[in-house]
Amino acid sequence: MRPFVSLQAPACPLPLANVDTDQLIPARFMRRPRSEGYGPFLLYDLRRRADGELDPDFPVNAEAYTGAEILVARRNFGGGSSREAAVYALADHGFRAVIAPSFGDIFASSAIKNGLLPARVEDADAEALIAALRSREIASLAIDLPKQTIIASDATIAFSIDPVWKRQLLNGWDDIDLTLNEAPAIAAFRANDERARPWSTPRREGSGS
Amino acid sequence: MKGDAKPATLVDKIWSAHAIVEREGRALVAIDRHLLHEGSHHGFAQVRARDARLARPDLTFGFADHYAPTRPASALGAPEAMEMVRRFADNTAEFGVESFMLGDARRGIVHVAAPELGLTLPGLTIVCGDSHTSTHGAFGAYAFGIGASEVAHVMLTQTLWQKRPRRMRITVDGGLFPGVSAKDIALSIIARLGGDGAQGHAIEYAGSAAKGLAMAGRMTLCNLSIESGARLGLIAPDETTFAYLKGRPFAPDGADFEQAVADWRALASDADAEFDREISLNAGEIAPVVTWGVSPDQAAPITAEIPAPEGANAEATRDALAYMGLRPGQKLTDIRVDRVFIGSCTNSRIEDLRAAAAVLSGRRAKIPGLVSPGSMAVKQQAEQEGLDRVFRAAGLEWVDAGCSMCVGMNGDLLAPGERCASTTNRNFKGRQGPGSRTHLMSPAMAAAAAVTGRLTDARPLLEGRM
Repeated sequence: MRPFVSLQAPACPLPLANVDTDQLIPARFMRRPRSEGYGPFLLYDLRRRADGELDPDFPVNAEAYTGAEILVARRNFGGGSSREAAVYALADHGFRAVIAPSFGDIFASSAIKNGLLPARVEDADAEALIAALRSREIASLAIDLPKQTIIASDATIAFSIDPVWKRQLLNGWDDIDLTLNEAPAIAAFRANDERARPWSTPRREGSGS
Repeated sequence: MKGDAKPATLVDKIWSAHAIVEREGRALVAIDRHLLHEGSHHGFAQVRARDARLARPDLTFGFADHYAPTRPASALGAPEAMEMVRRFADNTAEFGVESFMLGDARRGIVHVAAPELGLTLPGLTIVCGDSHTSTHGAFGAYAFGIGASEVAHVMLTQTLWQKRPRRMRITVDGGLFPGVSAKDIALSIIARLGGDGAQGHAIEYAGSAAKGLAMAGRMTLCNLSIESGARLGLIAPDETTFAYLKGRPFAPDGADFEQAVADWRALASDADAEFDREISLNAGEIAPVVTWGVSPDQAAPITAEIPAPEGANAEATRDALAYMGLRPGQKLTDIRVDRVFIGSCTNSRIEDLRAAAAVLSGRRAKIPGLVSPGSMAVKQQAEQEGLDRVFRAAGLEWVDAGCSMCVGMNGDLLAPGERCASTTNRNFKGRQGPGSRTHLMSPAMAAAAAVTGRLTDARPLLEGRM
């Protein structure tokens, strides 16, 4: 996984609450293999007008925010369905961080595994950032993960993130490799557990008991 | 539990029994069951990229549900969906996973069929790449939804790195009035907590009303835990749980069952165990609830009116009402609906179908609709009871089991702008198809909406019938 330490990049406001993962990527696009890239499906329906054309006024489409790598949204970002495709769509579109007052648990967990930073800020700070980005008072933000700060022009905003997730992002750890190193502990646990909870494995024909 | 041990909650006890090692503030947790559906293709791709096999295929089970056709028309209309089902069958066969595919009488929505088969047991850790995995908490299992990277992690190691969740107890005491169900309890809780109010928490449901629910109702309640942002929801196992499990195909039998029941009894939270947050509700104050917005917490009793946009949620309310085509002050019972859907992992069990049939019996639906049982076993049971004839006589379509119109992946979709009375779990924008408008409610309430063609209090329609 690509580590995340710091990022100075253009930012895009998304002045919406409850941007659930169904909106981040509608279910009908999830059949495709990741290798095809999920960027074009990001916020697919929200970005379009009734006639199916891209809405030039929707922030993610707007020319002013082209090349944005940071998204700033309102509370409960990424709630709902467990689809990791929502993270793929953001990452493949080019986003490396999302700033919001709260995140869906499964979304945030999947974001970490893909090197996408979910930075939690106070409601008022999210509103201030959204307002400054919308008015073009500022165009880019500087995120410092070790210090947990976001610098917007001359203002410094603190953000919170779970300390375990922070370490993971900083180190670019791959969980699967970490776990494979624990193989002896897993084997010892399993041997003991099979004695302690003989009922816990599915009963099948010929499996005894 | 030893007498001198610190009092522990149900969640703490399952956690302790599954934490293999603790590193850097999180634990490596052993997983007892991994349930798969067609969306697992990302996980299989990651396993293949490592040229690896599954660590424990014997603890892994597959259910075709998300893309499963519910009627001949849906299969023909969505050839790409059929391709997903085929790919899933290929993947599970290649990796040695026992699976329940199209044509199997044991197939159904993963959160309906796995419990029926006895794969869901108290005290187990259960994961699935689906947020409504919290359903299995109804049995006192620690069950939660995971993303594709975690699916691959479980496939390769049968473990997951987890942070210990905060513990919330929601106590629902008192008696429910007739026509009020687990769905109404759940929507009342979500409206109170908000869509992100339980983030980071495991919810234990307690109290006489929660424990008074049959397994179906408990599953509905735990299923919707995710809609307030909770990681999972669970209920301590008791006689109701044990009676349900006895004799199920994959459940322990004989002496194993007896030992299991003894172990399961010990799972209940200790009397003086501490929770990080406590909430209580009086069941007697709960009326049938419907959602009016685009998030499950935008819900109100059927007797209420659409709220005015005010306070911190003003902008979200305005945005929701614009999408839903509704205005503040409008009576909920004045909202006309175009279609009804009865089904999904939330409300498609036999008890749900009986509740809907109690309203529909001898009546005609004014609007078209779909009734999709949660599993082929539920379908068979419903047909034995004649419920299918009630639905058909009312003018509704009686179809096969699957996720169907809850998420529309199989092609069962609403048309843009169509308004649906739905027993599902999410009223998100576009969830049931681009431009679709969803009102969540219980099976009895969806049936009542079918009868009148608008959102309707089911209670008068149920008088003398339940």
